[in-house]
Amino acid sequence: MKKSALFGSVTVFALAASGAMAAEGDTLKEVKARGVLNCGVNTGLVGFAAPDANGNWTGFDVAYCKALAAAVLGDATKVKYVPTTGQTRFTALSSGEIDVLARNSTWTFQRDTDLKLDFVGVNYYDGQGFMVRKDLGVSSAKELDGATICIQTGTTTELNLADYFKANNMTYQPVNIDSNAEGEQQYMAGACDAYTTDASGLAATRAAFADPENHIILPEIISKEPLGPAVRHGDNNWGDIARWTLFALVAAEEYGVTSANIDELSKSSQNPEVQRLLGTSDDLGKMMGLDAEWAKRAIKVQGNYGEIFAATIGEQTPIGLARGLNAQWTQGGLLYAIPFR
Amino acid sequence: MVDYPGAANPPFRLSMLIYDRRYRSLTIQAVVFILVMLFASWLIDNTLKNLAIMGKTLSFDFLFRRAGYDIPQQLIPYNSDDTHLRATTVGLLNTLQVAILGCISATIVGVIVGVLRLSSNWLIARLMTVYVEIFRNIPLLLWILVILAIFTEVMPAPNAYRGENPAASMIMFDMIAPTNRYTAVPSIGMSNPPGVIAIGREGISWAFIAYVTVLLLAYLGHRFLKERAQRIQDETGNRPTTWWIILAMYVLPVLFLTWYFGLHLIPPVLRGFNFAEGTNLDNAFVVLWLALTLYTGAFIAEIVRAGILAVSKGQSEAAFALGLRPRRTMRLVVLPQALRVIIPPLISQYLNLTKNSSLAIAVGFMDLRGTLGGTTLNQTGREMECMVLMMGIYLVLCLVISAGMNVFNNSVRLKER
Repeated sequence: MKKSALFGSVTVFALAASGAMAAEGDTLKEVKARGVLNCGVNTGLVGFAAPDANGNWTGFDVAYCKALAAAVLGDATKVKYVPTTGQTRFTALSSGEIDVLARNSTWTFQRDTDLKLDFVGVNYYDGQGFMVRKDLGVSSAKELDGATICIQTGTTTELNLADYFKANNMTYQPVNIDSNAEGEQQYMAGACDAYTTDASGLAATRAAFADPENHIILPEIISKEPLGPAVRHGDNNWGDIARWTLFALVAAEEYGVTSANIDELSKSSQNPEVQRLLGTSDDLGKMMGLDAEWAKRAIKVQGNYGEIFAATIGEQTPIGLARGLNAQWTQGGLLYAIPFR
Repeated sequence: MVDYPGAANPPFRLSMLIYDRRYRSLTIQAVVFILVMLFASWLIDNTLKNLAIMGKTLSFDFLFRRAGYDIPQQLIPYNSDDTHLRATTVGLLNTLQVAILGCISATIVGVIVGVLRLSSNWLIARLMTVYVEIFRNIPLLLWILVILAIFTEVMPAPNAYRGENPAASMIMFDMIAPTNRYTAVPSIGMSNPPGVIAIGREGISWAFIAYVTVLLLAYLGHRFLKERAQRIQDETGNRPTTWWIILAMYVLPVLFLTWYFGLHLIPPVLRGFNFAEGTNLDNAFVVLWLALTLYTGAFIAEIVRAGILAVSKGQSEAAFALGLRPRRTMRLVVLPQALRVIIPPLISQYLNLTKNSSLAIAVGFMDLRGTLGGTTLNQTGREMECMVLMMGIYLVLCLVISAGMNVFNNSVRLKER
């Protein structure tokens, strides 16, 4: 009798206490109040996201973080870069530690639904490849039967690798690694015959080697890896902001808006699409809780998608990636910004 | 004694809950209990609420879905078509493997070092002190990484064994090839293999059962002979010589079985990218095992030293006075008493080692943390379920170890009559 009364009171108290606690999901408000955008990036992948000699983060994914910060907060430097590994990235996002994840993450069905993430678009169309030493004498991934392969745990590449070898009736010995840096070290020491990850990541890793000419990336691309920024599921407005910031960068390239001519175009352009994009006409930003010039600020930071690509991972950089699938749809690529209207 | 009404049985008032000593401690306990329960229920409720806000529900269905990833180290057959549950089991067995072997080897290292640290040989005692202090005072993760770096950077790649004039050569009569991925050792082959009992997808060879049976019988015989020798010694004062019979009981049947099954060593051969035929001992496992052994061994050494020092000097002096030789003094007088001091802290070292084995992820050894708490968690996104399950498993594991050790502790502790 005494006991049941005790438990009864406990339950009541518990219900009362918990009523006061409720997490709210307005990321835009949170970011504005905080004054800093928490952006989840790679722990270090040259060209995509890596700190330079002065400790400043640079790269393709970092540029997106900056553009988003400029659009939301009006200042591209107001970003806190949170390095995440393949294992920690989604937990960091769903726990609210980061507001947006820009870390070469593949958009898949299960991540979009079951993991309760929202991928806002694709900023790099990629595929999984293999890198081997030239002196190994291997010219095709089909010759890798029995090889020891370094693989980052917690990635889609891990699953693709298992599927690829199974489908081709080959065996392999995985060496599980936690970060790209560890993979690089193991691969260089010869602890694995091949290193597999997204082809762009391989190119970026190889560019950082002392002897890039002694390593080849095998021709087989064994998977589709559409990489893009992701936000938490459920906060649609924040998702919209993240999505349209990405589209703004892509659309800017399509319409020829660059960091050099953006000020001039915002005053003089007669193209209604450009006017809407840059906020000269129609206040599009207001529809998602931002001001009219959000896209203009985003584009101004490091230029449009094409400029960012060329400056961070393009053919003029050590990483030397061609545009390929990542060219505008007008150039035979897959980049296709949804109309700003 | 003055008698006044109500003294024996005063009417209960609420204020007595605070002011009456008889009830005060009960009141305090009840209040603390309610507060603790409140805090716990708030935590649980908060968790469930936040999960609901994220649109996630608590569900363990994912355990029965296809895992889709491969695990390099497996004690039971596993491939990427198996479920997450089986992947978890593989990880758990890996954890158990490294924990059990680690506890055994750490105890051996610890006992040897602990005794040697008390040695009268100045150099040996100082060397052991250096070992203990170095390993005790540097974080385990650093040791794991240092040993891994040594293994990957210093050992040759399998490729180095290739060709007419290889850069590296195999050791021990061309039987063992240490590489920076694994150590290739010979495997055991049978030219006249008996059948296999299939248990699910695993199997136990009859040969294994035969060996175990033979050794068990030899052990029983050994015990019987010892008892008989003791009896004869008690009756006649002469102890019959038994050592060669005992040795023969163990060795002869084993030799016979080995000859009958045609046991032989199959040396590893470089085939394709890697060594084949033999058994490849994964460096990830060896590194983790070594690091755990050396690290925990240093702690155990101190415990052993403390245990031996805790036995009063009078005990061994008394034993010497009775005419016992030093070895018997150690075995019959000092060690049984030292064990009473050693066992309880030893239990916590075993628990530490078991939990520390979750640092395996640093070397890519797929233990429970690597499978359930690593790849499975990541691929399914079930953080809460995986974490709860993993914590539960570690908890049960440690409680079992601790319970087992407590049984042992009870058998050696001071029996009061």
